[in-house]
Amino acid sequence: MMNALASLDWFLIATSLAKTVFLLFLVVLPMVSYTVYAERRVSALIQDRLGPNRVGFPTTLLGLKTDISPFLGGLGQPIADAVKLLLKEDFTPAHVKKFYYWIAPGLGIAAVIVTLAVIPFGSSFLGVPMVIANVNVGPLFIFAISSLSVYGIVLAGWSANSKYPFLGGIRSSSQMISYELALGLSVVPLFLILGRLNLPEIVQYQVKNGWLLLPFTDGKLTLKEVLLWIPVFISFVIFTISLFAETNRLPFDLPECETELVAGYHTEYSSMKFALFFLGEYAAMIAGSSLVVTMFLGGWHLPFIPDGANQGGLDFLHAVPAWIWGIVNITVFFGKVAALLFFFIWVRWTLPRFRYDQLMRLGWIYFFEIAFINVILTAGILAFFPN
Amino acid sequence: MSPLFFWIFSLLMLGFAASVVLNRNPVASALSLVVSFLGLAALYVSLDAYFIGTIQVLVYAGAVMVLFLFIIMLLDLKAEQRRKLNIAVTAGGVIVTLGFVAQLIHVLHRLPIGNQPFSALPAPLDDVRNVGTTLFSAYNLPFQVVGVLLLVASIGVIVLSKRELK
Repeated sequence: MMNALASLDWFLIATSLAKTVFLLFLVVLPMVSYTVYAERRVSALIQDRLGPNRVGFPTTLLGLKTDISPFLGGLGQPIADAVKLLLKEDFTPAHVKKFYYWIAPGLGIAAVIVTLAVIPFGSSFLGVPMVIANVNVGPLFIFAISSLSVYGIVLAGWSANSKYPFLGGIRSSSQMISYELALGLSVVPLFLILGRLNLPEIVQYQVKNGWLLLPFTDGKLTLKEVLLWIPVFISFVIFTISLFAETNRLPFDLPECETELVAGYHTEYSSMKFALFFLGEYAAMIAGSSLVVTMFLGGWHLPFIPDGANQGGLDFLHAVPAWIWGIVNITVFFGKVAALLFFFIWVRWTLPRFRYDQLMRLGWIYFFEIAFINVILTAGILAFFPN
Repeated sequence: MSPLFFWIFSLLMLGFAASVVLNRNPVASALSLVVSFLGLAALYVSLDAYFIGTIQVLVYAGAVMVLFLFIIMLLDLKAEQRRKLNIAVTAGGVIVTLGFVAQLIHVLHRLPIGNQPFSALPAPLDDVRNVGTTLFSAYNLPFQVVGVLLLVASIGVIVLSKRELK
């Protein structure tokens, strides 16, 4: 037993724990609550309303004269919402299958959170690489773990033991299984181009050769890059749209289509158990956007900015200590993720919902085939330009 | 890798594998099988076989078992739970399993390789690349044959599931 404990690398364990705590509790979960807030404010902007713009931080409780309400106001709203959800009565209907009803919300969000482990959310900070698990199968790992999040929805729908959740659960899981194919197949061209599956190395490749979607970010543009841009762009479009379907977002939010199914698989849930589904949906958006940023948009890289070891970028910027650039890289990464999240919200409040047969036809007949042809196209271009 | 993880994950795997058989509720059995698959994947990963471990989760836990669960949920579970235990069948199953385990232990015990430690693999093991190059160079023809076989099977399923054959 002592030998077993001594063989563990305690520095690795400590830094991994620190990175996990930072990523989960200081970045992703606050980001989830403020994405909900952004969702409400942006929807209000699009529909010419005001949205939640009142709640500030209740500093009067601490004895100050006024509440603080910075910027546009309403920034205290997510905190108030979280408190409300935690304190609401947690009602369990009598007709549900208790055990499965209780584990379903946890299963849904746990799978999403685990996928964050392989995302490189920064270059390095004080010599520690900013990725929790540096594995050689990054994207495959993400697809594998996120395919487990279906269980949360299937079990929620089934254990609720009533009509609407069951139909919602069935719809959602068949939708997720269908779009997983397009999602996985659409990124194969990228792996043909990159020749590796390690996410930090994929980012390093993009630092050297320009972002895959914007190949001019390294300052030069070859004929091969221009030709490869076509399949990469097709991949990007299919991947992003499939991501909308995977995360059950509008225009593909049929599982919780209110007019037909009340609230879909979480109809019978209340309080924090409902909030976990809600959290899971937004965390899945963040995880998906992180993957898009890492694979297509250069991850933490921004032209002219050095990385966390003070390498690359403009020369006069090297005068600044390296750890500052480490923090800048992390900020750049989450800035890109936030921009994609804004895009998610924008689409939601712009497009109407698809019909179910349209959704299935889009996934199976169009995306699946286009992704296949895209693989062959990429292989052809790569065979034509071996170097 | 620490032997601690080996014990944790093999116990997890075996425990849930037993619960697949012992549970009367088909949904509980299916979910136990999922956890058992996850334990197996963790064992693969602990042997640095990341690719196999990930594919184990992606294919079995993420795709095959979801479809299983799907079908089970559409069935009437109460009939399955009410069914009586058939003593003759159970005894037969236990005897066959014990016989197999006894044989396995007997054979493995006398295998000379089993007592030798394996030499460590080279440190940065790029297993995805290794699997890929082996599959597409040494075993290219069998790989393509399997591909055609799967294509035939999927076309067969589509033809059979059409309501009327022309």
